[in-house]
Amino acid sequence: MTAIPCKPAILVALALSASAAGAQAQSTVADGRKLAFDRGKGNCLTCHVIKGGDLPGTIGPELKDLKTKYPDRNDLTAIIYDETKRNPQTMMPPFGRNRILTEQEISAIVDFLQTL
Amino acid sequence: MKTRLSFLLGSLSAALVAFALTSPRVVAADKVDPVADAKAFRNYFFQKFPDVKHEDFVNGPYSMNADMKRQWLEKEEFPPYEFALDAGKEMFSTPFKNGKTYADCFPNGGIGIRQNYPYFDGKEGKVVTLELALNRCREANGEQPYSYVKDEMASLTAYMAFTSRGKPMDIKIPDDPRALEAFENGKRYFYTRRGQLNFSCASCHVQSPGERIRAEILAPALGILNAMPIYRSEWSGMGTISRRFITCNSQTRAVPLEPQSDEYRDVEYFLSYVANGLPIAGPGARP
Repeated sequence: MTAIPCKPAILVALALSASAAGAQAQSTVADGRKLAFDRGKGNCLTCHVIKGGDLPGTIGPELKDLKTKYPDRNDLTAIIYDETKRNPQTMMPPFGRNRILTEQEISAIVDFLQTL
Repeated sequence: MKTRLSFLLGSLSAALVAFALTSPRVVAADKVDPVADAKAFRNYFFQKFPDVKHEDFVNGPYSMNADMKRQWLEKEEFPPYEFALDAGKEMFSTPFKNGKTYADCFPNGGIGIRQNYPYFDGKEGKVVTLELALNRCREANGEQPYSYVKDEMASLTAYMAFTSRGKPMDIKIPDDPRALEAFENGKRYFYTRRGQLNFSCASCHVQSPGERIRAEILAPALGILNAMPIYRSEWSGMGTISRRFITCNSQTRAVPLEPQSDEYRDVEYFLSYVANGLPIAGPGARP
C-alpha cells in the first residue's frame, strides 16, 4: 500500500530528470556551436568548413561525419586539447594545453561536433 | 689478453671511422649557410606553386588567387597608398630645421636603394633596416624620431620603395660571424612557435600560403617584404614592416617585441635575404 503512491512520484522524478538531461545536452550543443564559431574562443571556422558557418577557412579538413570518424569522444577531445601530440607539424592550436578553452568548453564543442 | 686488446683496438678504430664518417655531416648541419638556405627556401615555393611566376610572389595573396588578382589590378588604377606616396615624396624633399634632407643620409640621395635594406653594419655589429636608418637620419639632424608603426614612417618608406620598384632585392651577408649569427637568429625566430595559438611565422606563411583563414588568403613568405610598406584595408591605413611583425605577433596571441628590436631586425634580414633577386614592389595594397 505504501509503495503505490511512491510509484507515480518516481516516474515523475524520472521523467523530469530525463527531460532535464535532454535539455542540458541540447544546451551544450548550442554552447559548443557558439564556441566553435566565436573568433575569441574555438574559432574553428577560421580553418575548417562547418555546416552553417559563413566564409570558412581552408587549412583544416571539413568538420563532418565526426561521429563516424571518431566514435570515441575522447579522441576528438584529445585533438582539440593538443593535436601537436599526435602530429607535431599541425597548425591546430593546443586549445586545452594553452588554456584557450576550458575542459568544459572543449566538452561542449565535442558535443556540437558530434552532431555534424 | 691479446685478443681482448685487439678487440679493443678494433672497436676503437671502428668508432674512429664512424666518427670520421658522421662528423662532416654534423659540421655541415651546424654551419650557417645562407646561400643554401635561400636556395632551398625559394625552391620550396617554386615547387609548391609551379604556376606562379617567380617575380609574382612579391604580390602576396594576389599571386595565389586569380579572382583576387583581378580585383587588385582594378584597385591599382586608383591605389589606396597614393596619399602616402605623395606625402612621402613631399617629406623626403622638405629640409630639416638644419637645412639638410634625408637625401644627405643615404647613398645615391636615397633614390633607388630600397633593395639594399636591411644591411649588416660592421661597425655596429648589427642589422640596420631602412626604418631604423630613417629615424637615425632624423635624430642625427636634430629631429624627433617617428613612430615605427604610424603613417609618417610608412610614407617615407613608401616613397623610397617606389623609386626602387622593379629592382631585384639585393641583400648582402658579409663574411662576418656576427652577420651570419644575425641571419641564423632571424631564421630561428621565423621558425619558432610562440604565443597562445602556438604558431610560428612559418606555420602560416610557409606551411599554408594560399590557404584561407576565413575570408583572408595567407601570403607566401617568399618576397613578403618586397611590397612593404602596404596599405591594408583591414587597417584602413598604411603599415610599415614593424607594424606587420607586431600585428602578426599579437594576432597569434604572442607578445610582440619592441619595433626595431634586434630579433625583428634579424627576421627582416633573413626574410629579405631569401627574397634576393625578386623585385621591389612597394608600396603595396593588401585586403
